[in-house]
Amino acid sequence: MAHSHSTNIAAARAGRRFKKDYFWAYLFISAPIIGFMIFGFIPICYSVYISFTKFDGFSSPELNGLDNYRLLFEDPLMRKTTANTFYAALGIPIGMAISLGIAIALNQKIAGIHFFRTAFFLPAISSVVALTLLWKWVFNSDFGILNQLLGYVGITGPAWLNEEAWAMPAMIIQGVWGGLGFNMVLYLAALQGVPSTLYEAAEIDGAGVMQKFRFITIPGISPTTFFIVVTSIIGALQDFVRFRIMTGGGPNFSTMTVVYYLFENAFRYMNMGFASAMAWVLGIVIIAA
Amino acid sequence: MAADTVKPVPRRHKNGDYFKKTIAYLFLVCGAIVMAVPFLWMLSTSLKEPGVVFEMPPEWIPETIIWDNYKLVVTESNLLGGFLNTLAVTLPPTIVGLFASAIAAYAFARMQFPGKNAFFMALLATMMIPGVVLMVPSFILYKYLGWIDSWKPLIIPGMFGAAGTVFFLRQFFKTIPSELEDAAKIDGLSPFGIFVRIMLPLSKPALATQAIFGFLGGYNDYMGPLIYLNSPEKYTLQLVLATFQDNYNAEWTLIMAGSVLALIPTIVLFFFAQKYFVEGITMTGMKG
Repeated sequence: MAHSHSTNIAAARAGRRFKKDYFWAYLFISAPIIGFMIFGFIPICYSVYISFTKFDGFSSPELNGLDNYRLLFEDPLMRKTTANTFYAALGIPIGMAISLGIAIALNQKIAGIHFFRTAFFLPAISSVVALTLLWKWVFNSDFGILNQLLGYVGITGPAWLNEEAWAMPAMIIQGVWGGLGFNMVLYLAALQGVPSTLYEAAEIDGAGVMQKFRFITIPGISPTTFFIVVTSIIGALQDFVRFRIMTGGGPNFSTMTVVYYLFENAFRYMNMGFASAMAWVLGIVIIAA
Repeated sequence: MAADTVKPVPRRHKNGDYFKKTIAYLFLVCGAIVMAVPFLWMLSTSLKEPGVVFEMPPEWIPETIIWDNYKLVVTESNLLGGFLNTLAVTLPPTIVGLFASAIAAYAFARMQFPGKNAFFMALLATMMIPGVVLMVPSFILYKYLGWIDSWKPLIIPGMFGAAGTVFFLRQFFKTIPSELEDAAKIDGLSPFGIFVRIMLPLSKPALATQAIFGFLGGYNDYMGPLIYLNSPEKYTLQLVLATFQDNYNAEWTLIMAGSVLALIPTIVLFFFAQKYFVEGITMTGMKG
């Protein structure tokens, strides 16, 4: 009995000490949790409600049932901007292939690795606004450097940003150029994580360069590939700033992305209900990805 | 037997190695040129006389270098004011938010309390919520709070910390051995004391990485200021730069000079803190 009594006291003491620890722990996590409640959870719930209303941001919202969601499927611009967003996402596989190539080249124990890494990485840290202005000048049809360089090899370049057919390819080129560095750093880390013993064993078995790439490198880096695919898709679905500055969505809406259209609806046409419905459909697609 | 292990391994692939390296260099040099040309073109344009820009063929190194473009951009536009505004809206959330995230990360990494997993999952869930979903309702909330056309929406929410930073730092804190903490507990240090005196000093590299990414994100942010700010005198650097398009219609020398100036702070930061960038990215990549 005496024994169990003393353990009870110990347990009670421990309990008190734990309670004090709980206090500290809850205090420590309070800021992000409260921040999430105020600036995350409440707005998100409100946004669900708004998506079922007609709301201009000033007068009080009027419930209109599923009208916003129905309109999403009927609105031709919605269809067009969705198609544009997928078109723009063509840059993802192109950019991934090039950045993997760069990472493999950098992984050959090359001198000047820091120089090359910096060169490819610089756009990743640069202001999107500055880079977009820069590329707008690069794509300038008469005086831009791209058409001048094409001229040297006898090609008359198109009026990139002013032609419906060429504006999106221009955006893809710029996007690939800007995204190489980030993916290259990820791939380089992944390549360095593939055990070299695997390559040595394969060499002993007489595997060629392509076989080693196909059966060791690709499986070895597949988690990173998966990560890049997912983050790139999420990024592409929300890509907006560079389109707004480079083309303003034109010509003839050929470069207006879904998020850009959402922004226009919310803050230009003040269709906040419709914009919220768009945001939810897009958000669900992103979460599913 | 011993001689056997010392014997150099025959290098069958020596010629193949040279071949591979040559191809690698060729590929990298071409790539680096493609990366560098637009930047050099920007620099070159920013140092030209306005008319020279429209001359064919273009001069890569301008005959007369015109520094006046930079002087003009700084004195005429609000670029400098925008830079100061950017610092004002970026530094407080970066510093305070980092502290809030770090202390929460410490609790999640090292302390036991009921509901820990539920709270952590709730935070992780916020990372899953795409920014677009929050765009409209946040605006409505800030309007309700009377925060529109002020810096508050850019500063205050960030001060509560960020889920991604909590997650990253939690992973880092878990790698720190707990002996020091145990010793400090025996010495009677409070959990707050342990965090400030022991964990923070041990976590400088991880904190630096997060601070740099936080600052960079704030410095380069365009969407937030675009939605919340109306008065030009409150504009951040990126907004001021974006107005160059309209204000300096086709005056590419000035637009490029402004862009170069806007890039300089991040490029300087990158050169001084390169290893943090690489570590930060690879660590976020590895969690996937």
